[in-house]
Amino acid sequence: MVVELLGAGEARVYARPADWPDVALVDTDVHITPRSIDALAGFLPARWRDYVRESGVQSLESDLYPPRSPLSAMPGTRPEDGPPGSDLDLLRAQLLDPWRTRIAVTHCVYGVDGIHNPDWAVAMARAVNDWQHAEWLAVEPRLRGSVVVAAQDPARAADEIDRVGPLPEFVQVLMPVRARAPLGSRTFWPIYEAAQRHGLALAVYAGGAAGNPVTPVGAPSYYLEEYVGLAQAFQAQVVSLVCEGVPVRFPRLPIVLVESGFTWLPALMWRLDKNWKGLRREVPWVDRLPSEVIRASVRLTAQPIDAPDPARLGDVLDRLGSDRMLMFATDYPHHQFDDPALAAPADLPPDAMARFLGGTAHETYRLGEG
Amino acid sequence: MAAHVVATVDEIPPGQRKIVEVDGRSIGVFNVAGRYYALRNTCPHAGARLCEGTLSGLVTSRSPGEYTYERDGEILRCPWHGWEFDVTTGRSWFDPDRTRVRSYETTVEPDPPPGPRPGPYVAERYEVEVRRRYVVVHV
Repeated sequence: MVVELLGAGEARVYARPADWPDVALVDTDVHITPRSIDALAGFLPARWRDYVRESGVQSLESDLYPPRSPLSAMPGTRPEDGPPGSDLDLLRAQLLDPWRTRIAVTHCVYGVDGIHNPDWAVAMARAVNDWQHAEWLAVEPRLRGSVVVAAQDPARAADEIDRVGPLPEFVQVLMPVRARAPLGSRTFWPIYEAAQRHGLALAVYAGGAAGNPVTPVGAPSYYLEEYVGLAQAFQAQVVSLVCEGVPVRFPRLPIVLVESGFTWLPALMWRLDKNWKGLRREVPWVDRLPSEVIRASVRLTAQPIDAPDPARLGDVLDRLGSDRMLMFATDYPHHQFDDPALAAPADLPPDAMARFLGGTAHETYRLGEG
Repeated sequence: MAAHVVATVDEIPPGQRKIVEVDGRSIGVFNVAGRYYALRNTCPHAGARLCEGTLSGLVTSRSPGEYTYERDGEILRCPWHGWEFDVTTGRSWFDPDRTRVRSYETTVEPDPPPGPRPGPYVAERYEVEVRRRYVVVHV
């Protein structure tokens, strides 16, 4: 099935390029969302179902992807009766089938981290997890899910991970890049402990409604600034996670950056390495070059690729110093997606290409056979 | 290898150092718990006067929040960028094989080794008895 999603004037076909090797493709960034808040009602305890209905809460969907922004959704991905990413049949027809996806790792956040009532937040996280498991993950064997937690209360977040972590359809725990505090903070460690206990990855996603501005210098005025600024938030979180020693304390917890971009990472590693040499006494648990820690623990979903052309992308990959960090992603149904033909770096050696398209994700998410 | 008398032992008590000039090279001579070590006074990184840096212990950790402090007085930190060097070997902590400062053998001798060869002008001499021991750097 050939799907043309990109509209008039853009004759690009949204499908797996014919010249890609025949490896088990893992798409590490696919968004799903409830058709409306009513879809979660059946998964909420009566008290909170009632609270949502009586309060007239329409949606918890954040405005991180303004519905009419050109970046938010590819034309044709919006079903008749819901937002893009809310229809499993459409997802199969537009993504899983034409890309011949073996496994798609889905994300649904649904604004839980922005709820200030901690009890409601915990109930909503449970509802989102039960909803996605019942209506998506248990129905479509190509899907794997992400555990949503109310990080407002790390102890109860860990309880939630203990509750759903044993389900094999869940492969990671979601934390927002725009978190309440730097993610390395020991406050959050019960969450990481639980994730590692269940063999899950920690996924830091490009979003969050906890209240902090996207940049460290305050809230910007424009969506362009907001979107570009996410890279700054990711940099802050990588520095925090490494310096606070999360990869040392949780050596079996892969850290996946979702939609972070990656062209900024080599320069960040240079800066961290350079200054670690003189300041490392302060963080003696960082007992290797920070870049070595990052290369060993951090994985990145490859969309968006910010490099302007293949040659300069090649430079960045070279400076990244590892062909085991990037994982293929479409970011469906978001429209940051680059041309499918550019969704993988050109001229990767065959083994590196196989790792990029699936091998690294299989390892990171312990997906079993490759 | 030439031997150079650089100090008497009582000039450099334990925990102290003396910067000396040998053959045009600046060298730091350290007394660490009674043993003497000599390092070139030039940081291999950017050329700072390394031997004027802070002497302290080595901080390591087995897990975030846990600190081990050991080998007090054996770690020399460059005054410019804080890179740490092991006084006893000249090796840096973070890259011991490649980032290292030249170290020199030291000995403690009861008498000064033979001095310079006599020149053409010889002054009137008197016998002098020396009752101290000397720190000698072999460059």
